[in-house]
Amino acid sequence: MSAVSLLGALKPGQGRGWVIAVPYLWFFIFFLVPFAVVLKISMSTAEVAIPPYAPLFTVTDDGTVNLALHFGNFAYIFSDPQYILAYLSSLHYAAGTAIITLLIGYPVAYGIATSKPNIRPMLLMLVIMPFWTSFLIRVYAWIGILKQNGLINNFLMSLGVISEPLNILNNQFAIYVGMVYAYLPFMILPLYSNLEKMDHSLLEAASDLGAKPFRAFLSVTLPLSLPGIIAGSMLVFIPAVGEYIIPTLLGGADTLTIGTVLWNEFFSNRDWPVASTVAVALIVLLVGPLMLLQHYQGKEGEKA
Amino acid sequence: MLMASNDRFQPWADLSAEPQLRIENVVKTFDDFTAVDDVSLDIYRGEFFSLLGGSGCGKTTLLRMLAGFLAPNSGRIFIHNEDIVPLAPYERPVNMMFQSYALFPHMSVEKNIGFGLQRDGVAKDEIADRVAKVLDLVQLSQFASRRPQQLSGGQRQRVALARSLVKRPKILLLDEPLSALDKKLREATQFELVNIQQQVGITFIMVTHDQEEAMTMSSRIAVMDKGKLVQLGTPSEIYEFPQNKFVAGFIGSVNMFEGPLVDSEVDHASIDCHEFGGPILIGRSVSHGLGHPTNVAIRPEKIRLAKREQPLDLPNKTVGHLKDMAYLGNSLVYHVVLESGKVLKITAPNLGAHPENEFFRDEPVQIGWNANACVVVES
Repeated sequence: MSAVSLLGALKPGQGRGWVIAVPYLWFFIFFLVPFAVVLKISMSTAEVAIPPYAPLFTVTDDGTVNLALHFGNFAYIFSDPQYILAYLSSLHYAAGTAIITLLIGYPVAYGIATSKPNIRPMLLMLVIMPFWTSFLIRVYAWIGILKQNGLINNFLMSLGVISEPLNILNNQFAIYVGMVYAYLPFMILPLYSNLEKMDHSLLEAASDLGAKPFRAFLSVTLPLSLPGIIAGSMLVFIPAVGEYIIPTLLGGADTLTIGTVLWNEFFSNRDWPVASTVAVALIVLLVGPLMLLQHYQGKEGEKA
Repeated sequence: MLMASNDRFQPWADLSAEPQLRIENVVKTFDDFTAVDDVSLDIYRGEFFSLLGGSGCGKTTLLRMLAGFLAPNSGRIFIHNEDIVPLAPYERPVNMMFQSYALFPHMSVEKNIGFGLQRDGVAKDEIADRVAKVLDLVQLSQFASRRPQQLSGGQRQRVALARSLVKRPKILLLDEPLSALDKKLREATQFELVNIQQQVGITFIMVTHDQEEAMTMSSRIAVMDKGKLVQLGTPSEIYEFPQNKFVAGFIGSVNMFEGPLVDSEVDHASIDCHEFGGPILIGRSVSHGLGHPTNVAIRPEKIRLAKREQPLDLPNKTVGHLKDMAYLGNSLVYHVVLESGKVLKITAPNLGAHPENEFFRDEPVQIGWNANACVVVES
């Protein structure tokens, strides 16, 4: 009764405004404000001070307020090949990870979606279960598996398949193993939720009209799961671009990614302005794929 | 158009005719539930055949076995003497129109219809040609490039029909093809579907739970109940001579009387019915022995209702009171209580106001029917 009268007291549309305000406020406080701070620092210069950068606004004795915007950092990171290479290598790892997780995740998601409904929750639980262990510990565990006298090498040597231990840690291969392992659930879950909704009678119709099972998959299942493929790929690609821990722990000392560059600028060089510039450039770089994701999710929403 | 009775389409009456589809002792069980229980049927080329029954009677299971989505536990299915049970759905010369239509949402109407032809490796020009023709047949030519989501329910239904017809299957299977349409559209579509079937000359096998729909459209109807085939016949055979109580009650409505057989001659018989308050005369011979409990069914429209004082020259007649009546526009429904307490349902055409056919609630009335109106049914 009281809830009804409360709702009645609101003008039409007013309640909706309040509900929408919450996510906007969240977005404002936890994304826009910090981003503005980072953007501000990126247009400053490094100083040996606390904080370690020059203020944007300075007030002179005669009361003049000077605003010094420094765009040199942006010119700098695009002129130094190290940053370009770091961006390219991060994109390369992220794209590779997205493709490999898609190739592994699609059959897994398809398998779960077509399994008996009573075992589906258990299979999904198995996909999610690794999250219950600390991410850092799981990445460290891979060192134990991949190192010279680690699990894989010891096993293969004891079988006599190899005589020398394989060099599978501290290189690209190890980074891919770690990234694919860590991001696979982010591919499987959206794909599963898409494939699980698939109308089975569409496949029956395709079969009835003369399509063999694989043809029916290509003509019906695959195109209809495109929104799931895109959502999964974005969920893997976007965080993978900025990944720091996996390349650092599994890729060896000389691995060059955006994540390692950011760390070096912030903590080794204490050059916050350049580090902030790198971060801003990364966000700008990711806005494109994000908008693509939004577009496809919007399209899927229309259909539902 | 009137036809001489020997020109009528009834290949099932011709003993030398080969059935196009032969279903032989087909059984399908799910765990411990028997969905289809030893069904045998012959269906002939060009028939519009209906599988009729309530939900869970096994009609859809049988249709899905014909399409190849389910395999029978035992029994065989032949099309022109070829056993099709080992064939996958994509190898069978049948197509199905799905109850949900199952149109591909990511393809245009044209692409949906052309899909089956593409799978058969038909040349592009021919696909375009055949798709255009079938779109014309279902009057959807101007919607060729639309997506299914942009069409109305009736239009989608016609796209589904076109898609299953364009491959010219030997047999078209229709799973409740009209159930998603509203009443008016359904009635119009019934005739349209029959017209299209006659134009293309393909055998149609339709599953439906709607007895009126089955009666309107079919050349023959198979009534199913609890997985078994209970009666097979033309719509009029099934309506006029239901074999048992279930069929009599499922197809239209019916009044039932029961009593021991007291007289059985070559051209008539009678039962002694306590509820009726005397003997009921049946206008044909009854095969089982005297004293045997016998069920007699009488359709509501075959019972005459009259005022008490009116003369009523009918062999079966008794008195009662009018309990309820309903006005349906084109007809009237009366409920009459007999002296035994039995309630009879009677329908009468709306003949217009006249003192002789104006009745009032609780009015004493008499009812009666002809000996030929009685049908003996099994329980």
